[in-house]
Amino acid sequence: MYREIRSTMCHRLLAAAMLLCLSLVSTISAACSETDAAEESASSLTVYSGRSSSLVDPILQEFSTLTGISLEVRYGSTGAMAATLLEEGDKSPADVFFAQDPGGLGAVKTLLSELPASIHDAAPEWARDPDGKWVGISGRARVVIYNTAALSEDELPESILEFTDPKWKGRIGLPPTNASFQVMVTAMRLSWGEEKTKQWLEGIMANDPQFYAKNTPTVAATAAGEIDAGFVNHYYLHRFLAEEGESFQARNYYTPADDPGSLVMAAGAGILESSDSKASAERLITFLQGLTAQQYFTDKTHEFPLNPNVKQSELLPELGDIGGRFGVNLGDLSDLEGTQKLLQEVGALP
Amino acid sequence: MPFGGAGGVPLWVVASATLVTLAAVLPVIYLFVRGIEGGDATWQFLSRAAAFKIIVRTVATVFVVTFLSLCVAVPAAWLTMRTDMPFRRVVGVALALPLVVPSFVMATTSIEAFGPRGALQRLLEPLGVDRLPSIYGLEGAALVLVLMSYPYIYLMVRGAMAGLNPELSEACRSMGYSALHAFRRVTLPLLLPAIGSGAILAALYTLSDFGGVALMRHDTLSVSIMSNYQSSIDRASGAAMSMLLALFVLALLVVESSVRAGRLRYDDVSGVYGRSFQPFELGWWKAPALIFTLLPVVAGVIAPVAVLANWLLRGLSQGQEMLPLGEPLFNSLRVSGLAALATVLLAFPVALMTVRYSSRFSAFFERATYIGFGLPGVVVALSLVFFAVNFALPLYQTMWLLIFAYAVLFLPAGIGSLRAGLLQVNPILEDAARSLGKRQLQSITKVTLPIIAPSVFAGAAMVFLLTMKELPATLILGPTGFDTLATSIWASSSEAFFARTAGASLILISAAGIPTAWLVLRYPQRSR
Repeated sequence: MYREIRSTMCHRLLAAAMLLCLSLVSTISAACSETDAAEESASSLTVYSGRSSSLVDPILQEFSTLTGISLEVRYGSTGAMAATLLEEGDKSPADVFFAQDPGGLGAVKTLLSELPASIHDAAPEWARDPDGKWVGISGRARVVIYNTAALSEDELPESILEFTDPKWKGRIGLPPTNASFQVMVTAMRLSWGEEKTKQWLEGIMANDPQFYAKNTPTVAATAAGEIDAGFVNHYYLHRFLAEEGESFQARNYYTPADDPGSLVMAAGAGILESSDSKASAERLITFLQGLTAQQYFTDKTHEFPLNPNVKQSELLPELGDIGGRFGVNLGDLSDLEGTQKLLQEVGALP
Repeated sequence: MPFGGAGGVPLWVVASATLVTLAAVLPVIYLFVRGIEGGDATWQFLSRAAAFKIIVRTVATVFVVTFLSLCVAVPAAWLTMRTDMPFRRVVGVALALPLVVPSFVMATTSIEAFGPRGALQRLLEPLGVDRLPSIYGLEGAALVLVLMSYPYIYLMVRGAMAGLNPELSEACRSMGYSALHAFRRVTLPLLLPAIGSGAILAALYTLSDFGGVALMRHDTLSVSIMSNYQSSIDRASGAAMSMLLALFVLALLVVESSVRAGRLRYDDVSGVYGRSFQPFELGWWKAPALIFTLLPVVAGVIAPVAVLANWLLRGLSQGQEMLPLGEPLFNSLRVSGLAALATVLLAFPVALMTVRYSSRFSAFFERATYIGFGLPGVVVALSLVFFAVNFALPLYQTMWLLIFAYAVLFLPAGIGSLRAGLLQVNPILEDAARSLGKRQLQSITKVTLPIIAPSVFAGAAMVFLLTMKELPATLILGPTGFDTLATSIWASSSEAFFARTAGASLILISAAGIPTAWLVLRYPQRSR
């Protein structure tokens, strides 16, 4: 009897001790795995986004939901964000810079760290920095927007070169201060050479183009009939169609000629050298290159996917090999200074 | 000027005014640091023939806008306060409302309403009008800028009118002079300081505005500066050109000083007047007066609101999703309230020093605080990034730094109002309090503050409204993830989400309209 009691007590003690050990081990192991996770990827990332929250907030939220990494996102224009990063230098709280155009990434290139090969190689060659500092995430094309009451598609020229024809006098418009417009002119300088680009610009200027501040007012003015055609980025049309319906009086025209008139550019991202959560930052960029995000950019923001496994939107024309058409890589287009000088020379910029 | 001691400047006033002035000139110090790097770029810019044109255009724009704003604001203030014009209270509130419309919203809606193929053209189409003359250039820029700047003068003049002693102009009229003569010879000179304070704000706003002039394709210096920060991201040239702009600001302040009438003080021992004015009878002029005051209301309030309402309804009918705006609204109200409080507190010592201890030295202090208001917001914001990152890292990207930025930007609005209020208080009143044994600080809080309370609230309300629509500093300096109504409008409009832009803009205009109405309506009550 006594023995029995003792043995039960022993058993109980043993059980309690085992339970204690178990819980201790599990706490320790939990703690260990937590520190492992912390080393592997930080629980929060700061993103500076030159792309508007109305475009990228949903997909960034999705990343947080999937990974548990919370994102602190600061939104602003790409230019102001880049200037802020330059002021902050190595004290920047930012881990990732998500920019609207290669120009913004180029401006802060010295602050960016080299991306791992897996990220670099996942981007098409034409849409990444040759030094491996940033990669393109989604593609956007230059187009001619035209007023459907004034023009039909077959009245529009094969190449953007032909808009220097005097018959377009007083009928065209463009946003000369816009970074994307300047990127297109930079591509023209690389593809056509300085002389031909200058001639084209002078021809355009001789046709008294209307100048607009940005893409949006250019599209609005085209639909209102202020101008018959304008040079803009392709995705604004899709926003206007969503807001105003199919009766909107303007459509995109992709010049079929193999020249920068329908250049495809990219929004892109890079990781700050000063970031202390590079592993998480790399996860974010890998996610943005992956199927889910690329499908989102295709369906929701009407951009060209840069991942070959994602089919582009049916609303967009098949441009074939969107990047390789005339041998200009986006990495070569980040320096806009020469273009701005040229635009000043011909009187397109003050 | 003696410091300390009887009749001298109290030390706490000097010390705090110096600190505030130092804070206000931080952007200039930053521009100097960055501008030296960009020295070559400035010379390149200046040596181009186009630079001369840009500078002339900028100066011309400032003069045109300020002159037209005066022509709208001063008569409008008089008509809505001192006459029997019908609907003068409602029109009086509506006349101040364009102040709360963000500049790019005003410009975009103006183009949609009055552009070559805008809503007005469609109205006139049955009459055979195929296209209106181009709005782009000086005409459109002036339209937008006048609409956005005349309210500064209008509010300042209304504030000053409320403080006028009716007996002065009545005395003039009793001597057989006409009402017009009495206005010109008695009332107008008394209003000059307020007109000057308002006009300098209008002129500086014109220098700093970017969104409005850019959309109207009117290339002023601020457009050149901003293009340095936008496509090429060349901070050095941006800073160098901003220094040029700062020189313009200084030149304007010198002009205003010479206009400001010497050492006039318009105080009255009684401080608050017991009775109200006899309204001037307009007679046959009622209808033209009403039309005159309604024109800016139609162009600056009704047209933008109509365009925004159209965007909203059009988008909703196409199934556009709206975003919840409760948090941005709350953030806007909270941060604007704190900014108003902070700015008025910081403005007080500077205003007190310039009014009570007027000297070259104090005048310099006051003028220096105006510089931030004349620079593009991006430049001021970047300068604070520079100082915070290098010298006050723990404050960086906190609410405190953001509120400090608003104060640096909007100090002139606070100082202008406080100054006008303090000019109406006779220091004899404070001396009387002190002779009765009150200490200096007590005599200020017990005697002066109650008398100038309306001016304090007027200044606070103006800062509140300016903060509600402020964008560049909010984006660059706000805590990460901090959304306000202004940033929500920007986020939607920059990517052509029209319905969302309209929703947030209409909420902003309504939310800002309530303090505006209060600001405008309380003056007549005071003089009753």
